Amino acid sequence: MLYSDKVMDHFQNPRNVGEIVDADGVGEAGNPKCGDIMKIYIRVEDDHITDIKFKTFGCASAIASSSMATELVKGKSVKEAWDLTNSAVAEALDGLPPIKMHCSVLAEEAIHAAINDYRHRQGLEPWEEKSHDELVEEHSHHH
Amino acid sequence: MSRQVYMDHAATTPVAPDVFHAMAPYFTESFGNPSSLYTLGQQNKKAIEEAREKVARVLNASPAEIFFTSGGTESDNWALKGAAFTYRNKGNHIITTKIEHHAILHSAEYLARLGYDITYLDVDEEGRVSVEDVAKAITDGTILVSVMFANNEIGTIQPIEKIGKLCRERGVLFHTDAVQAVAHVPIDVKAMNIDMLSLSAHKFYGPKGTGVMFLRKGVKLDNFIHGGGQEKGRRATTENVAGIVGLGVAIERAGKKMVAEQKRLSALRNKLIDEIMKRIPYARVNGALGDTRLPNNVNVSLIGIEGETMLMDLDMFGISASTGSACSSGSLDPSHVLMAIGLSHEMAHGSLRLTLGESTTDEDVHYVVEKLSGIVERRRNMSPLWEDFIKAQERS
Repeated sequence: MLYSDKVMDHFQNPRNVGEIVDADGVGEAGNPKCGDIMKIYIRVEDDHITDIKFKTFGCASAIASSSMATELVKGKSVKEAWDLTNSAVAEALDGLPPIKMHCSVLAEEAIHAAINDYRHRQGLEPWEEKSHDELVEEHSHHH
Repeated sequence: MSRQVYMDHAATTPVAPDVFHAMAPYFTESFGNPSSLYTLGQQNKKAIEEAREKVARVLNASPAEIFFTSGGTESDNWALKGAAFTYRNKGNHIITTKIEHHAILHSAEYLARLGYDITYLDVDEEGRVSVEDVAKAITDGTILVSVMFANNEIGTIQPIEKIGKLCRERGVLFHTDAVQAVAHVPIDVKAMNIDMLSLSAHKFYGPKGTGVMFLRKGVKLDNFIHGGGQEKGRRATTENVAGIVGLGVAIERAGKKMVAEQKRLSALRNKLIDEIMKRIPYARVNGALGDTRLPNNVNVSLIGIEGETMLMDLDMFGISASTGSACSSGSLDPSHVLMAIGLSHEMAHGSLRLTLGESTTDEDVHYVVEKLSGIVERRRNMSPLWEDFIKAQERS
């Protein structure tokens, strides 16, 4: 099989699927042209992500990355969630095929977008987001 | 083990038991080199010639016009590169289409790098080439027209007889990649004015690694594989005797069954398409409908879901299928065929190809529709693209 058991598990039984109607932050990453779109909803209480939901259009690794990323940031402080890297998502999934690494980048981007949406709504300065290409580049240097 | 439903016959087919049995002796006791003069060699030469006659009969060709190759890809390479090199002093223009198999497209791109001028004809929204477009594209420098007989992804059958007639009238060589069509729909190389044709055994229950190049008598074409004097000096390498014998038995067998299978599979195909359209909202059929579609091909786009996800979900139920989505191919662009018929990226990424075959039953069709509609509902419910699509539909 192309994918690890962890990827298959999160693909078949994705955690935190859905939406939060009155979310504190919503973020989207990807585009239909590439065949991947992730939308992430967060609820923030006391500077912590107390609930998180996602919807993803994409391949198995995109769905598994979304699921794993939401699991990893749930309950974390906003700053900790922001610091989640795509490498950490991929590692938690016991790796992704090289061609699919950009899927884990999308999860990181969607979380960043949701956090900055939250910060914007709170009247706070957005944190600096890296571009998709920078993130992909950064990752390829790690390996 | 759970139920297995193989719906990817356009990718490959299993070797039929009678084909396998006919091949078996040629791996062991009948191992002789057909070029050897002793009995062990000569009886294999005879077996090859019998296979050649079987192929010729199905295509309405002469045995002398049939050359065995390693498959459809080699035959396609031979046709394009052979014509380009043979006629380089006559012209440098080759006409083909945007929906060809990569064996044609990548050969054409290679020739373009060598300085050849390639015209890639557009197709209509059903994936059909216009004969008028072919006529308009032919110039004094045109040395070859190559148009596939039927498309491997969407099943659309091209107006080959008309294109053949046109090319013959204009004095231009005509090649057709008939890998998906041979032994599935009737082909008559004489009536259709075909000069060169590629076919592959593993698409009709023969072995992989064996194919044919039909080369009309009198057509000059440089060799592609140089070496020994096999195949009347036209295609070198010690013959794949078992493979050739298998191809012969397979094409004869498929030829006999063709009319009945065509009818049976067309009915199953229509049923599968109808059921999908009925059960799954906003499904779209890609390719032509009716007689100009391969009897075994179903290709649909299901907006909101990515193809690889569908394939993996179907695989969990033992269903083997295929997609034109980029995610399954490793490139970022979805299928060039689906893009050529005007699909959006979203629709191309959501494409699913189901290709039926001898083993396909009515029950299989019901099983696939049942499982697919469940998968589509579940995955759409977690798709932001579907959410946006539905909101847009409600607004309009």
